[in-house]
Amino acid sequence: MVPLSWYLALGAALFVIGTAGVLLRRNVLIVLLSLELMLNSVNINLVAFSNSLGDFRGQIIAIFVIAITAAEIAIALGILVALVRNKPTLEVDKVTIMKG
Amino acid sequence: MEQAFFLLLAVVAIVSGLTVVVTRSPIHSALALMVCFVQVAAIFLLLRAPLLAVIQIFVYVGAIIILFLFVIMMLDVRKEARTPFLKKWIAMAIAIVALLTGEMFALLLIGAQWQAPAFMLQSGEMSSVRDLSITLFTDFLFPFEVASVILLVALVGAIILTRQEAE
Repeated sequence: MVPLSWYLALGAALFVIGTAGVLLRRNVLIVLLSLELMLNSVNINLVAFSNSLGDFRGQIIAIFVIAITAAEIAIALGILVALVRNKPTLEVDKVTIMKG
Repeated sequence: MEQAFFLLLAVVAIVSGLTVVVTRSPIHSALALMVCFVQVAAIFLLLRAPLLAVIQIFVYVGAIIILFLFVIMMLDVRKEARTPFLKKWIAMAIAIVALLTGEMFALLLIGAQWQAPAFMLQSGEMSSVRDLSITLFTDFLFPFEVASVILLVALVGAIILTRQEAE
């Protein structure tokens, strides 16, 4: 039997790795991939608590998180493609089109 | 036995997660993330959530990563591979990451004293998909419908965003 805290530690570790990717990388694609990693680490926590408390609601919230993630990533990649069509760069600190 | 499996999966997940962050090429990053997602799906199986494991494989590995790979291959990403990390604000970003790491693991250590009610599902017993769906389609029917509308809006939005202007 795996203790609950191990799952929570794994979730925290993956979340921190994802945060590091979001904050440190300059390529938009890798920032988005790290964001996925963060969302998935939260899912681990939700399912671990669902198992530990014997309640389905954690799993159901995880299903919603996955659905919203799919929507989010479709929109994000759409914006990215439109952006690259207007200004061919993928670096986060060069995307300053909306700066006044 | 189960702990050994968990440790194996967790180590592979963390190593591939680190690969996502440190590797230069976005393609390698996406493939490493795929490995990480498969490990997380196996961890869902260890947590007796077979439906979540299948959804994880279908949606994340089968749809999201493939979408990423399509976009990566559509865009020309070779230029950006030279300077992968931000130069400006890097000290502040590292400080924030370190602070977050410290905070999370401190909270975990403090929270370890608080014992959750011990209701781990026993080995071999999977949470049944039937009960899960009954809860999903009774108590959570409204959020379910809202999620479907959000997915529809995202679909339409993505098509409109990427549409070429007609001459």
